Amino acid sequence: MKVVVDLTLCDLHGLCVETAPEVFEIADDGALRVLNPTPPDALRGKVDKAVRECPTGAITVED
Amino acid sequence: MLRQVVVVGASLAGLRAVETLRERGYDGGLTLIGDETQPPYDRPPLSKQVLQGAWDPQQTLFRKKEGYDSLALDMRLGVRARALDLRGRQILLADGTTVSYDGAIVATGARVRILPGMAPRAGLHVLRGLDDAIALRRDLAEAARVAIVGCGFIGLEVAASCRSRGIAVTAIEALPFALSPSLGPTICETVESMHRDHGVELRTGTRVNDVLGDTRVTGVQLSDGSRVDADVVIVGIGVTPNTEWLEGSGLNLADGIVCGESGEAAPGVYAAGDVARVPNAWLGDATRVEHWTNAVEQGVFAAESLLAGGDAVRRFSSVPYFWSDQYDRKIQFAGRTRPGDEAVVVDGSTAERRFVALYRRQDRLVACLAMNHPRGFIRFRKLLADKPGWDVAMSTSP
Repeated sequence: MKVVVDLTLCDLHGLCVETAPEVFEIADDGALRVLNPTPPDALRGKVDKAVRECPTGAITVED
Repeated sequence: MLRQVVVVGASLAGLRAVETLRERGYDGGLTLIGDETQPPYDRPPLSKQVLQGAWDPQQTLFRKKEGYDSLALDMRLGVRARALDLRGRQILLADGTTVSYDGAIVATGARVRILPGMAPRAGLHVLRGLDDAIALRRDLAEAARVAIVGCGFIGLEVAASCRSRGIAVTAIEALPFALSPSLGPTICETVESMHRDHGVELRTGTRVNDVLGDTRVTGVQLSDGSRVDADVVIVGIGVTPNTEWLEGSGLNLADGIVCGESGEAAPGVYAAGDVARVPNAWLGDATRVEHWTNAVEQGVFAAESLLAGGDAVRRFSSVPYFWSDQYDRKIQFAGRTRPGDEAVVVDGSTAERRFVALYRRQDRLVACLAMNHPRGFIRFRKLLADKPGWDVAMSTSP
């Protein structure tokens, strides 16, 4: 899977950072950063949860 | 085995419920019932982007029409559920039809409260649904002065949106503080001063006795004897759960649908979102939580409980989270406070309106509120999940 965040939509709620810290972080410059754009399938559940919970729908997953 | 699932309520909780059912492999019949004619849409932008005129109302839709194809839904929009027949396992709709189910999720949400005894008339608005936002936006285009009744988060967001359009705003609150007394005076005063700096006239500690104007509003009469002239009056004084249609059904109703640990309201019937009182292990009670994230989490939880079956033991646990955007500031809050909890700013300052505040109740950390400080907020929201002692919270502070 490939994780893409639309930074024009990202509103820095940070729910994804809490749900899947292996994949998302808020970087030193204050912007959201995808740490691992192609996470292993073992993280699929967490990534799906992050997608569902994102208040601005900024995260998409491409298979 | 489930063959026919009905989800009543086509907003966020209902949508996440049907999505979860399909994601988890449920491939039986799936009906989604909504009383509005619009497919599910997102509410938070209504008071901001839509009112400010930045978004076309259609941009709030979660999915375009074709986006529902993959969910294989029998979507019934514009029709209200009228009754739940637990024994017959069916739902009666206002158009006279019935829908049978072997599993049901109730997510009928809440509706705004109105001022008692005040008849509807032109220029008098509430803001809950997309239609409300469209009607209000239309009226704001012609308005020079608005009066906002209720200075909770919605009222204050509307105030900010009106100011961004150059409209004069008087915001009226019966309580001594805007925002919420449970957030403490320091935080409330910070938000109040922000609104005053943006030109809002705040009138706290006074009630609205009457809305003036016969066919069209001309203002409001306040309990302190003064009157406020306005072309538009917007009432934002909280919501009431939509449970009337369930009266007599046998469900336990008391300020919402009282649910068991798994979110079940009756055998095969689960509830989620604003209407539901699902026991929350983190909170230690089963109060209603009217937040966006709660609707998502409980929609998912209800779907999973339904699929797990009545014998499964499941538990819902979540730190309530909400946010509010006003002007160029984002307020984020996690946890739960009550009046008397002490707010301590641990990062930034209220003067610069960029800070993280922690709430202390005796020796516990109970909540966190941040303004324009997402990184600081995330650190403490994560910490809150473990219900740490105050000393632990302090040692985590920068």
